[in-house]
Amino acid sequence: MALAESNPAPKIHDARERVWFERIPASYWIVSIALLIMPAFASEFTLYQVFGWSFILGMISLSLMFLGGYGGMVSLVQMSVAGLAGYMVAIFGDSAITDISLGWPWYIAIPLALIVAMIFGTIVGSLAVRTEGIYTIMITLAVAAAFFYFTRQNYAVFNGFSGFNGVLPPNLFGVDWRQSIPFYYLTLFWAAVAYFTVLYISRAPFGLALQGVRDNPRRMAALGYNVNAHRIAAYAFAALIAGTGGILLTWQSAQISPGTAGIGPAIDILVIAVIGGMSRPIGPFIGAFIYVLLKTFAIDILLSVGLSGERFQLLIGLGFLAIVFFSPDGLLGLWDRWQDYRKRDPLLDRGEDRL
Amino acid sequence: MRDFASKHPVWTVIILLAVAVFIWLIFAVWPKGLVDVIGRKKVFLNAVFNGITLGGLYFLVASGFTLIFGLMRNVNLAHGSLYLLGGYIGYFVASSTGYWLLAFPVAFVLVAIVGILMQIFIFRRMEGQDLRQTLVTIGISIVMADLMLWGFGGDFYNISPPSWLSGPMETLFVTGVKRSSGELIYLKYPVVRVVIFLASVVIGVAMWLILNRTQIGMMIRAGVDDRDMLSATGARIQLVFVGVFAFGAGLAGIAGVVGGTFQSVAPGEDIRFLLASLVVVIVGGMGSITGAALGALLIGLAEQFGSVYFPTYAVVLTFLIMVLVLAFRPQGLMGRS
Repeated sequence: MALAESNPAPKIHDARERVWFERIPASYWIVSIALLIMPAFASEFTLYQVFGWSFILGMISLSLMFLGGYGGMVSLVQMSVAGLAGYMVAIFGDSAITDISLGWPWYIAIPLALIVAMIFGTIVGSLAVRTEGIYTIMITLAVAAAFFYFTRQNYAVFNGFSGFNGVLPPNLFGVDWRQSIPFYYLTLFWAAVAYFTVLYISRAPFGLALQGVRDNPRRMAALGYNVNAHRIAAYAFAALIAGTGGILLTWQSAQISPGTAGIGPAIDILVIAVIGGMSRPIGPFIGAFIYVLLKTFAIDILLSVGLSGERFQLLIGLGFLAIVFFSPDGLLGLWDRWQDYRKRDPLLDRGEDRL
Repeated sequence: MRDFASKHPVWTVIILLAVAVFIWLIFAVWPKGLVDVIGRKKVFLNAVFNGITLGGLYFLVASGFTLIFGLMRNVNLAHGSLYLLGGYIGYFVASSTGYWLLAFPVAFVLVAIVGILMQIFIFRRMEGQDLRQTLVTIGISIVMADLMLWGFGGDFYNISPPSWLSGPMETLFVTGVKRSSGELIYLKYPVVRVVIFLASVVIGVAMWLILNRTQIGMMIRAGVDDRDMLSATGARIQLVFVGVFAFGAGLAGIAGVVGGTFQSVAPGEDIRFLLASLVVVIVGGMGSITGAALGALLIGLAEQFGSVYFPTYAVVLTFLIMVLVLAFRPQGLMGRS
């Protein structure tokens, strides 16, 4: 499995001489400008369904990448956390199920939803950190399943099988946020916030300590770090990201039901993170983009080779297997290897030393 | 057992009391006050029996899972798919030949072959990489689920047991007293469930004997403890791995036939039984056969009692047990810390 690597430190004397915006790598400029002017030429469907959905799934997957890549804990519960946040927005805020929804204003409902999601994530985290490695997957998978069954059978709070529909974003600043362009910018904004926060934390003392815990928990404990506290805090932070993604996901489809956070979607989030690569925060977004493209256009591809369009899962499963088989670090790993290959000195036949 | 009693005297007394009350509930004729509180005895007894037989089915699935995990550290999340495959194979064998019993060996062998192929071509190539193996099994389960949906459609298949096994049988358990004559009424219970439960007990005991009394079992137990050391002593560990994987997969196949007879074979059952075996193994303790038996019994009973006495939250009850076990005994009831 991919272990996140810290990016090579920039050469310090260079960095001091340049102005701050000169220090931003060229790729960031290209990607951000491309994303910002996207609405000028992309269709409404592309903006709303392809990009909006990619950003949302990417955020939920990013929370898994944060736990898996920096903390070494592969948690399948992130989709449930996202689902819970979506449910809480529907319950505290407005929905078509007026018997249950409390109809509180958004500035209470949304923070409350995120807090509940964080508490849930923290509780699951404190259960999961009692075990290690491979057990974490099993336990979080079981918790995700319990969440699915619970929401499906509880009618008093979660409205059972049908869940909530008509969950709309607030009409803030007089903008209808479910229009394609505003929704595109809304999801882009939060995805960018999540991305840069994770990037920042990965280099902040907490993130470095977390990576230390991942690499050698005993040594970190000997150095005086509280290993489990770091892990649980990572779960809490990941729950915040997943919860934000969950609220956006609920707004996107205007509904939330047990199926949104079922076992299939929980595994899809893992698939996305693995396909993209768990070594850097950009991986989940790449994975989500590919996943959404496949999910949206698989029918056309499959029909063109003479299969029925229902075989989407097969395509995803085979792609996932191929990635895990040939490049355990996902597409990012392939990219890194290609870069290595380019840098290889033909005389020495040795790449630059990388760890 | 004696260790446990001397270390935890209070717990021992509580457990013994609970068992005594349970036995009394099963055998006694219930007084009227009790019936008023928790309903008729027939319902209770049916829940007990259904729970125990369901536990037998869970044991068949989970024991293969725990065996594979214990020896190879491979969390085979495709285990549910093997179960479902066994169910489909069993259905087609039983319905085309008409011999219900034939379904078991055929399902065992075919699913075991699938297991052998998986072990040789996939897992051997990534030995020691736990997480990667688990991810691969997730991929396999996605692919297998879709292939089976493609091949067999979304219909429910029901494997019907032969005539000599269908119908109810009289048991020795009293459910009540006839008001008019004062005769005792005995519980009637489907024969096939009893037979299948007995068969799973036999399989469980045989597994325990093989593990604890034979040379192969010794090798497997040694491999669970330290597989590097075992291979250093010259044991052909790859052969043991393949054998255990084949056996565990074959058990899942048999369980599929049993499940198809008890309930039905349909898409989605793979996830259900994968989760059931996960919970059973987490509760019982990873890699322990007795743990799997205990966990399967607990989960089966919890599920049935839940669906009878608090139907809304039946599934949640099993997960509650899991959370409690994790909170107080993370290594599982029978697991070694």
